[in-house]
Amino acid sequence: MSFFDYFRNKKGPNTASIAKERLQIIVAHERNTRGQPDYLPQLQQELLDVIRKYVAIQDDQVQVQLDKNDSCSVLELNVTLPDKV
Amino acid sequence: MAKIIVVTSGKGGVGKTTTSASISTGLAKRGLRTVVIDFDVGLRNLDLIMNCERRVVYDFVNVIQGEATLNQALIRDKRVENLYILPASQTRDKEALTKEGVEKVLNQLAEQFDYIICDSPAGIEHGALMALYFADEAVVVTNPEVSSVRDSDRILGILQSKSRRSELGLDPVKEHLLLTRYNPERVERGEMLSIEDVNDILSIPLLGCIPESMAVLNASNSGVPVILDEESTAGQAYDDAVARLLGEERELRFLDLQKKGIFKRMFGG
Repeated sequence: MSFFDYFRNKKGPNTASIAKERLQIIVAHERNTRGQPDYLPQLQQELLDVIRKYVAIQDDQVQVQLDKNDSCSVLELNVTLPDKV
Repeated sequence: MAKIIVVTSGKGGVGKTTTSASISTGLAKRGLRTVVIDFDVGLRNLDLIMNCERRVVYDFVNVIQGEATLNQALIRDKRVENLYILPASQTRDKEALTKEGVEKVLNQLAEQFDYIICDSPAGIEHGALMALYFADEAVVVTNPEVSSVRDSDRILGILQSKSRRSELGLDPVKEHLLLTRYNPERVERGEMLSIEDVNDILSIPLLGCIPESMAVLNASNSGVPVILDEESTAGQAYDDAVARLLGEERELRFLDLQKKGIFKRMFGG
C-alpha cells in the first residue's frame, strides 16, 4: 500500500464471499451427479428427442435421475408436459 | 504395518510435491522409516525438490518391470536418516504403472518402512488414480482459490469411490485438508477464501495451513524441503502438520495479521 492508497477507501469488493457462493453451488451440483453412469446425459437427450416427436417440450422439462438402493437401482424419469398439447 | 499416505489435489501447482517432500522429511526426522514415491511418470520433479536429481539411476518403473531391484532404485537422503526416495521414470509411458506392479512394490516397501508417501501427479488420469488407489490416508492439498477447491472436491469423490478401500468395502480412506499459499492479510480484506470458507465447502478435517512464504521458492531453488528451514513460517507450519498427522494436538499458527508500522503503511511494503 502506498502513500495515496492510504487515503482511498480501503474496502474493495468482497470477492471471497462471491467465490464461496459460486463454489457452494457448483460443488453441490457436481456431488449430485457423482457416481452416475456416463450414459445418463445421452439417455436424457435421446428420451427428449423421442418425446419431442409427439410433444413440444423444453430441455429442462425432462429430468432423469438414478437412485441406488442396496439391492436395486431406480431410474426416475420426470416429464413436465405443457398445458395444451 | 506400514501406513500409505497419498498427497493429492486434482489441480496442478498447488504444492503436492513441496508437501510430499516436507511431510516425508518431517516423519523421518522423528525417527520413522519413511519412503516417498514420485508417481508422476514422465514429469518427475520430486528428485529436484529433494536434491537427488543427479543420483537417479533406476526408477519406479524399472522396479515394476523387474529391470532393477527395489534397493537399487531407492535413493537414501543425505540430510535425514531413515528417509528414502523412489523416483518416477522420466521416459516411460504412464501405463507402465500397473495396479499389480504398484501393489507388489508397495508390499515390498511395507516390510522395510513405517510410512509410504505417494506424491500424486495432477489430474485424475491413470497416474493419479494409481497413486491414491492403495492409500490408507490422503492429504488433499488445496489453495484458497475456486478452481483448486472444486478440484479437491472432485478428488475426494474419487477417493470415496475408486480407492482400494472403497472397492473392498473397508474403512474409508482417512482424509486430511492441507491449505497452502494462505495469505491472512488478503483473507482479512475479503480477497481470499478463509480456512472456514474452504472447510464449509469441503468439510474434511484440517491437517494444517501453510502460509504463503518466500521460503518455499527459496527451498525448492536449493533442493531443501522447506520443513528443514526451521526459521520460516512455512517450515514451522509443515512441522505442525506432521505432528498432527501423528495425532499430536497443535494450535494453528501464523494466521494473525502482521501489524504494519506507520511508515510501512504510507510508503508501501
